[in-house]
Amino acid sequence: MSTTHEIHPAGVYGMLAEFTDPKDLVEAARLTRHEGFTRIDAYSPFPIHGLADAIGFHTTKLPLIVLAGGLIGGLGGFFMQYYATTISYPLNIAGRPYNSWPMYIVITFEMTILFAGLSAVLGMLALNGLPQPHHPVFNAPNFELASRTHFFLSIEARDERFDMDRTASFLAGLPNVRSVQTVPMGNVRDAMEA
Amino acid sequence: MAYREPTDSYERYIPAKTPVIEPGHDYESVTEKISGLVLTQHTGRWWIVGFFISFLLVNVLFISIAWLLYKGVGVWGINIPVGWGFAIVNFVWWIGIGHAGTLISAILLLLKQDWRTSINRFAEAMTLFAVASAGLFPLLHVGRPWLAYWLFPYPNTMLLWPQFRSPLMWDVFAVSTYFMISLVFWYVGLIPDLATMRDRAVLKPIKYIYGLMALGWRGSARHWHRYETAYVLLAGLATPLVVSVHTVVSLDFATSIIPGWHSTIFPPYFVAGAIFSGFAMVLTLTIPVRAVYKLHDFITLRHLDNMAKVMLATGLIVVYGYFTEAFIGFYSGNEYETYMIRNRMFGPYAPGFWSLMLCNAVVPQLLWFRSIRRNVPLLWAISIVVNIGMWLERYVIVITSLHRDALPSSWGMYYPTIWDWGVFVGTIGLFLANLFLFIRLLPLISVFEIRELVSRQPEAGNLSEDEGKDNAMIPGIKPNPAGGDA
Repeated sequence: MSTTHEIHPAGVYGMLAEFTDPKDLVEAARLTRHEGFTRIDAYSPFPIHGLADAIGFHTTKLPLIVLAGGLIGGLGGFFMQYYATTISYPLNIAGRPYNSWPMYIVITFEMTILFAGLSAVLGMLALNGLPQPHHPVFNAPNFELASRTHFFLSIEARDERFDMDRTASFLAGLPNVRSVQTVPMGNVRDAMEA
Repeated sequence: MAYREPTDSYERYIPAKTPVIEPGHDYESVTEKISGLVLTQHTGRWWIVGFFISFLLVNVLFISIAWLLYKGVGVWGINIPVGWGFAIVNFVWWIGIGHAGTLISAILLLLKQDWRTSINRFAEAMTLFAVASAGLFPLLHVGRPWLAYWLFPYPNTMLLWPQFRSPLMWDVFAVSTYFMISLVFWYVGLIPDLATMRDRAVLKPIKYIYGLMALGWRGSARHWHRYETAYVLLAGLATPLVVSVHTVVSLDFATSIIPGWHSTIFPPYFVAGAIFSGFAMVLTLTIPVRAVYKLHDFITLRHLDNMAKVMLATGLIVVYGYFTEAFIGFYSGNEYETYMIRNRMFGPYAPGFWSLMLCNAVVPQLLWFRSIRRNVPLLWAISIVVNIGMWLERYVIVITSLHRDALPSSWGMYYPTIWDWGVFVGTIGLFLANLFLFIRLLPLISVFEIRELVSRQPEAGNLSEDEGKDNAMIPGIKPNPAGGDA
C-alpha cells in the first residue's frame, strides 16, 4: 500500500506522513507549509497547541456563532415572557406593572445559556463537517493509530504543488518521519481489493 | 524515572507533591488501560452483583411509580400542612449532588486544574444521572405527570401561558437547561474517546456502534481547534449555569414567606451545600471504582486529597449558613422565626437537626488533617456521612418549616410512607444502575485528556532524574512540547 505510485493521481486523496512525537508533527507541519503546500492537515490523538497555527488555520467563526446563539436565546427568552404577560394575556394584579422585568431575569438567563451552549456544540460539529462517517484518510492502513498513539500529516492531491514522486520524497525527508504512504480515494481502494 | 516518596520534612509539605498521573505512562499504556476496561476486561462478579441489586431497586422504583399513578399522591405521606415531603427533599438532594460534576468539568477546567482530568468524565456522568433522578420527583409531585408538558410555553388551545413570575417555573427552565448542557458537555468530551474505542474495538458490530457515536471523528488539527474553542466556551457557559441552578432551587424556598425559608442566605448557602454534597458523592463513588479497576495511577491520592479539601471548604460555608440561620432566627425578633428555630432545634424533629449537625458540621472537621484526607477507607466513610448529612439538611429545612403553621390548629406531623421510601430508594437504584452501565460501556476517564497530560510530562529516559522530578511534580511549569500556552 505504501508504494502505490502506479495509481493515477485522480484516484488519490493525498499522502500521509506518520510520526510518533507531537513535536515532530508540529515541526513537519511548519516545514510543509513553508515549502508552499496549502492543502494540508494534521491528525493527532489529542489537541496540540500550535498545530492549527502550523498548518495555517488561525481563526474560527465559532465564538461568533455562540454569541449569536446566546443573543437569540436571551432576547427570545425575555420577549417570550414580555409577550405572554403584557400582550397575550395581561393580568392586572393590584395594579402591578405588566412588564415586571426583574421576574424575567432567571428564565432570560437560562435561555441565553441554553441557546449559546447548544450553538457551541452544533456549531462546532457543523463547521467540522461532522458527522461524516467516512473520509479518505481512513483508507490509510494504520490511520487507526491517529486516535491512539501516532501523529499524521497529510498533503492532499488537490494541492497545486502536489506531485506523486516529489511530494513523497519531500515527506520522507521530514525529520523523524516514521512512514510515508499514499492514501487512495475510497472507491479506488475497493477496486484494488476486488 | 520512578516516583519517589517524599523523604525529608520539607518535601512532605509541598502540597503538589503527589503527581496527577503516576510517571511511566505513555500514550499506548493509558489508552490500553482505560479503553481496555471496557473492551477487553471481562465483566467482573462485582459488576454483575452490583448491577443486579441496582436493577432490583429500579424495579422498586417502577412499582412505586405505578402505584402512585394509580392511586395519586395520597399514597405519599404528604398532606396539609406538609405538602412538600420526600419529593422535594430528594429533588434538592439529587440536584445538589449533580453540581460537583459540573464544577469539576467546567470551573476546574477554566482554573486550569490538571487534576480534574482523571475524574471529570465520571463526575459528569454522575451529574447526568443525578439530575435525571432529581427530575423525576417534581414530575411525580405535580400529581398528574402526564400533563407535565403544561409547564412548557407552547401554543395551546387553552390560550394560557405558564406563570413566568413563579420560581417553580424558573426551576423548570433551570433544571432542564442544566440537564441539556450537562448532556452535551459530557457527549462532546466523549467524542474523541469514542473514536479511540472505534479504532481499538475488534468486533465489527462494536466498532460500528462506537463509530456511529464518534460521528466520524478523525482528530484533524482544524477539528481540534474548533473542538477546544467549543469546549472552553461550554465550560464558560456551564460555570454561571451551575451556580444559577441551585440558586433557583433555593429561590423556590426563599421567595415564599414561610419562616426558615424566607432568607437571603439561601442562594449562596444552597450552592455551597450542593458542591459539598456533590464532592461527597464523587468520593463515595470513585473510591470503590478506583479500587476495583485499579486506577491508582490515574486517580492518585492527590485527587482524593483535593476533593476532600473542596469538601472541607464548602462544608465550612454550609456551617456558616447554619449559624446565620440560627442567628437571624433569634436576632430578627420575629416571633415566628424565633419559634421556628427553637422548634427545629428542640421540637419533634430535633434528632434530625442534631444528626445533621453531627454529619455536616462536626465530622467533616476531621478533613483538616492530612493523614485523614489520605486515609482512603476513612475518607470514604466521611463522604457517606456527608451524603447522609446533606439529605438530613434538606429534610429538616423542608419539614420543620412546614409542619408548624402559623396557627396551632394547623399543626401536623409528616411521616413518610413505604411509597415515599420506595421512590427514594428506587432513584438510588436508577442512579447506580446507570453508573454501572456507564462504567461498563464507555471510557470512564477522558483518555485524550490523559494523553495530553502524558505529552506534557517528560518522557522516561529523555531527561535526567532531577529534571524529570522538577517538571513532573510541580504543576504549572511543565514543559509543553508543542509550544504555546497550555
